[in-house]
Amino acid sequence: MYTTEMSKNPARPAAPSEAPELVAAFEARVANDEFIEPKDWMPEAYRKTLVRQISQHAHSEVVGMLPEGNWISRAPSLRRKAVLLAKVQDEGGHGLYLYSAAETLGTSRDQMIEALHTGKAKYSTIFNYPTLTWADIGAIGWLVDGAAIMNQVPLQRTSYGPYARAMVRVCKEESFHQRQGFEITMKLAAGTPEQKAMAQDALNRWWWPSIMMFGPPDDNSPNTAQSVRWRIKRETNDELRQKFVDVTVPQAEAIGLTVPDPDLKWNEERGHYDYGAIDWDEFWAVVKGEGPVAKERVKARIDAWEKGAWVREAALAHAAKQASRRQKEAANG
Amino acid sequence: MANEPNTQTANEWPLWEVFIRAKHGLSHRHAGSVHAPDGEIALRHARDTYTRRMEGVSIWVIRSSDVVASDPGSAGPTFEPAESKVYRHPTFYVVPDYIKHI
Amino acid sequence: MTIPTLTSKDAHFDYVLRLGDDALILAQRLGEWCGHAPALETDLSLANIALDLIGQATMFLGYAGELEGKGNDADKLAFHRDVNQFRNCLLVEQPNGDFGRTIARQYIFSTWQYLLYQQLARSTDPRLAEIAAKALKETTYHAELAAEWVVRLGDGTAESHERVKDGFEWCWRFVDELFSVQPLDPSIVTSGVAVDTATLRAAFDSALATTFAEATLPLPKFPRPVLGGRKGHHSEHLGHLLSDMQFLPRAYPDAVW
Repeated sequence: MYTTEMSKNPARPAAPSEAPELVAAFEARVANDEFIEPKDWMPEAYRKTLVRQISQHAHSEVVGMLPEGNWISRAPSLRRKAVLLAKVQDEGGHGLYLYSAAETLGTSRDQMIEALHTGKAKYSTIFNYPTLTWADIGAIGWLVDGAAIMNQVPLQRTSYGPYARAMVRVCKEESFHQRQGFEITMKLAAGTPEQKAMAQDALNRWWWPSIMMFGPPDDNSPNTAQSVRWRIKRETNDELRQKFVDVTVPQAEAIGLTVPDPDLKWNEERGHYDYGAIDWDEFWAVVKGEGPVAKERVKARIDAWEKGAWVREAALAHAAKQASRRQKEAANG
Repeated sequence: MANEPNTQTANEWPLWEVFIRAKHGLSHRHAGSVHAPDGEIALRHARDTYTRRMEGVSIWVIRSSDVVASDPGSAGPTFEPAESKVYRHPTFYVVPDYIKHI
Repeated sequence: MTIPTLTSKDAHFDYVLRLGDDALILAQRLGEWCGHAPALETDLSLANIALDLIGQATMFLGYAGELEGKGNDADKLAFHRDVNQFRNCLLVEQPNGDFGRTIARQYIFSTWQYLLYQQLARSTDPRLAEIAAKALKETTYHAELAAEWVVRLGDGTAESHERVKDGFEWCWRFVDELFSVQPLDPSIVTSGVAVDTATLRAAFDSALATTFAEATLPLPKFPRPVLGGRKGHHSEHLGHLLSDMQFLPRAYPDAVW
């Protein structure tokens, strides 16, 4: 899973206190396709933008476990159950890699989790939609992971080393996610009339949220230019969205499903599909936390965290006891 | 991902760096990090996180705060002196083509 | 009218079903933790155990279907039997409770399953021996992980000590079932196909004593056992678990997924 920049406030370019020669040297390194590593000097705005983007990305992975996790207990075969559990587990792993990458920038995982729980940090809007039928599991893998891959593949060359390395691992592991989703959808589309209807219904509900996932249009995306220069972002929202529409529409047609957009048509001149207007009011409402199941998602995360507190404390207490026992033994030995 | 100091929140499980030997005969390589209360559990977490796809045959974990790292600010004095010692590399020496096995 | 008599073929099928159902039902329970565990790392650990168990269930149930000879595959057995046809032990169907109870249940089960698979890997039934030998490695890891957590919770804080103790309290009544209920036909034990679980009890008690000493937990006085899982008399919990797990294949009986 992935996230896009969802803040409407552009990051300030450079704090006045930053030495211009340091900033210039940094910009030159980034322009030269070099990687920036944790202890290297970096502008504060770069650090802040990265912490926000990587933690948002991590939160999206972790919150993203919930809509699909909703169907682990009801997966319709042993194979589907194992695949789904492995996939949702992968997402937890990806959240973990990304939190670790953000931690190298001087923030703790607990601080990031706190920001998620208080609503200060965002996560991808897509996970605030409910998974109502088994076909939604297919649609998420096919569309949502498909969109994620488009964004994540270029991020393997992003300028911040730990983020780039996390993305290499994520991309390698995620290669099966989209395929399993498409397989589920394909099977349903070729199944009984009820199954096919289920698949079409899922496509109808997930299509627009999926193409919204790429974020606001470029002319309304304040951080794009700077982020592209810093190689925190490699392609613009609209470029990625177009790419996604272009590859996904023929996939839907191939399995006999209809993309729910009456304005969708191939534009010979552009060599791309034209698609209908996106409801950005809905997008911003969901960003603000007004998605249909936003409350359930955040509550589930907070509950897990609070119910786990005693376990985390116990393990630390045990480690402290062990350490003091070892100390005593060493003193007596 | 050798971490900056003081990023750990007070009651958070400490961070551990994970190193994995992919195959016998290879050296351990940094794979990533995990949080864990102690070394034993850190090994479990490393195994459950980083070797789910047969990525390893051996794991090391080390407390991130125990990693001693060189300072990027002194990268010049640390690494550049090696640049002038080209005679450490075999290509520095001229051997005629007709001399074999050298 | 003839009264059907039990053949050892039925007992063989029933025995493999027990093995498969134990793994399946516990995997189903552990899957409920996914996305909700105390830490991200713990979430991954629990999912790994569940995935191992789904794999074991698939192999055992697939083999059970062959022994039964009615053309049922693993999925048919998992998703189309009613509650009284399940042969798992009562322990695995117990609700997760808090992490303390989940760990208590896992410790008891994996420690037992480890001892069982050690023996089963030498079964005179080569299919069972092969599955058990593969699964033994997985189960060894589960038992070690669970024991480490029992120690940390038992010898952690006062709260964790109480919670894991309560978790075990919930589970003790189901322990005897693991060791006392023998296969339907004694001949499949004497022929070396099945394991006489009564012989595993001493090793189990000794493992428990070691772990509990390290965990500063008091050794239990085992209560009056509750039995019945092996003959299909389950707790109230299993029916709900199945209604959730089996919903799709039941609602769409003609569908392929």
